[in-house]
Amino acid sequence: MTADGRETSSKEPVKTATRDIYLPSERKKISGGGTPHVQAKDFSIYYGEFEAVKKVNADILSKYVTAIIGPSGCGKSTFLRAINRMNDLISSCRTTGALLFDGEDIYGKFTDEVLLRKKIGMVFQKPNPFPKSIFDNIAYGPRLHGMNDRKQLAEVVERSLRKAALWDEVSDRLDRNALGLSGGQQQRLCVARALAVEPEILLLDEPTSALDPKATAKIEDLIQELRGSYTIMIVTHNMQQASRVSDYTMFFYEGVLVEYAPTAQLFTNPKDRMTEDYITGRFS
Amino acid sequence: MNVGTRKILDRSFTAVGIGSIVVMGIALLIVIVPIVFNGMGSVFFTGTIEHRNMLYNEFGKGNSDVLARENAAAGAYRREIYSMLSKFEAELESMEPEKQQELRAQYGPVRTALQALFGPLPGDPEAVLTRYKYGQTRWDKAQEKLHEFLYEAKWDYSDPNAMAKEYFVSRAAGFEGTSLVKLFPYVEKNLDRLLRPEFTVYWGFLTDSSVDSHIFGGIWPEIQGTFFLAVGAMLFAFPLGVIAAVYFTEYAQDGFFTSMLRSANSTLAGVPSIVFGLFGLAFFINTLKVSESKSVLAGSLTLAIMILPTIIRAAEEAILSVPKTYKEASLSLGSTKWNTIMTVILPAALPGILTGGVISLGRAAGETAPIIFTAAVSVGSAIGLADVFSSPTPALSWNIYNLASEHEAAAEIRHVQYGMVLALVGIVLLLNLSAILLRARISKKLKG
Repeated sequence: MTADGRETSSKEPVKTATRDIYLPSERKKISGGGTPHVQAKDFSIYYGEFEAVKKVNADILSKYVTAIIGPSGCGKSTFLRAINRMNDLISSCRTTGALLFDGEDIYGKFTDEVLLRKKIGMVFQKPNPFPKSIFDNIAYGPRLHGMNDRKQLAEVVERSLRKAALWDEVSDRLDRNALGLSGGQQQRLCVARALAVEPEILLLDEPTSALDPKATAKIEDLIQELRGSYTIMIVTHNMQQASRVSDYTMFFYEGVLVEYAPTAQLFTNPKDRMTEDYITGRFS
Repeated sequence: MNVGTRKILDRSFTAVGIGSIVVMGIALLIVIVPIVFNGMGSVFFTGTIEHRNMLYNEFGKGNSDVLARENAAAGAYRREIYSMLSKFEAELESMEPEKQQELRAQYGPVRTALQALFGPLPGDPEAVLTRYKYGQTRWDKAQEKLHEFLYEAKWDYSDPNAMAKEYFVSRAAGFEGTSLVKLFPYVEKNLDRLLRPEFTVYWGFLTDSSVDSHIFGGIWPEIQGTFFLAVGAMLFAFPLGVIAAVYFTEYAQDGFFTSMLRSANSTLAGVPSIVFGLFGLAFFINTLKVSESKSVLAGSLTLAIMILPTIIRAAEEAILSVPKTYKEASLSLGSTKWNTIMTVILPAALPGILTGGVISLGRAAGETAPIIFTAAVSVGSAIGLADVFSSPTPALSWNIYNLASEHEAAAEIRHVQYGMVLALVGIVLLLNLSAILLRARISKKLKG
């Protein structure tokens, strides 16, 4: 840095989370995809008597990034967690209507939620690596599903870490405890851990809310990398983030899906008055 | 509240806090110091030649040549006593009956005191109990016995309003004018030549069996019995407790039945241990007939029931303190509930579970009441591992109580009792220390 604070390094300036949206031209083309991967049909979620998500109808398209925005308590996380049945942990939670994954009812009588979760990975708000080594964290999923060959596991671990853009930072200390990593690294480790079981859908529940801007930018870049290979759904409080990373955006308000449209359209030309008020910051 | 009052309050709280810690420390010292000091006395003490003779004859320890030389040296002095005694006895025969009767009455206690010091005297019938085969084995006890030999204890009842006072009368005065009067100064002067005191380190106290109900020998059977009982209890209670805790935290639905189970568990934790002892007798021995009579198995089962609630509670707390995010992460990777519990929750909860377990182990080692009716005997030899299903065993906790209250020669072997107390405290302390170390190690591994 010089006295006037200008960057003197010859390297490209580091991308930060403060940049504008990824222009469609910057984004890579997606081959295939665009078919309904998750479909909600009059889908409602109740906590006891309280209806947290109200009669949602939506098709989430495969291989694209779908963002879910809305004020706190609007049911966006509840909706996301319904997709891989994480709400089962709350005993008072029940659903009506239908939520389909590849045409099969997620809440069907014969659905095996364990198999379902294998296909629908999730990354949580706070980085939550297991208190094990980095290697064991990534290998946890594959081991669960019967992979025991050390060499095969090592391959999966490397591939997952590379996909999550973490390999270069941790390749020399795979046997160290994952809790020794920084918050951003931990979150990317969680992404890598989710990718290691080769899911079709990746659910991100406010993945950057506990991270600093630099780590946030890395996660956002990562989402761009994964776009086109996985169907990604991301819940976020940050409207800039939604506009930067997503192809489609859902706006929830008090449990109702108010508007669901291509991101550019939703942010530049919202159909609903409520959406406009929210994205222009009249309420939050 | 203004700043001045707040400061005064803060300071007074600090002072009270420090004060209570100091009081606790002093109380601990008052308890621990005599235990350690007296307990060490059963391993490190000044032993007499009688102790070395006893060790050689009963345990085959010691060097026979050295011992023979020592016995010869001490015997030279003792023969002097024996000749004085026989001379006096001959003298007695020639006295007039009244005088003779009076002196005989005084002579009896003198002989008893001498036997306590030096073992059987010439002309005594052969001793049946081992305790009568040897004189005083410990120099500190020998000093007391010397006092008993020199002085007769009498009680002064003259003041009816006060407790009787003990006072001592010289025995030598009673034998004025006889040849025996020389015996008293002789023994007093030559006691160290007669008993040959020597600083002794008797590790056998920890590794030998006892002889003649703890009068001689060590406490190995008790240590081993305590170990068997505590470990046996853990073998039953630990797996059961952890499984129950997993059920409570992961499987049980919140409802009437579960809350009943929980309160039953809490109640069980508060039941006095003697009740468990009687329950163990009634249920395990009389009803289930796990063994003919008292056995290590029955005692372990009883102790297991007693510590089960503590283990369940500790394991439950430990499992609940595992962050919920671990569980979510594992489930979201397509793990089953069972796998999540086994590979994520239990390993993360392990430090807490182990701490609870080891504290319970310490409690099982120290409890007396539950084993009185189910496992403990006051005197016995160390049992083999194969006998645990049928044999009772001596155990430290029970034998401490027994030596304090029921032993016929309790006052003679206070050092053994202190030694047992120290051994028990040491075992429990070691267990707790190992729990702390284990916990620190696992926590460090988990934290990275």
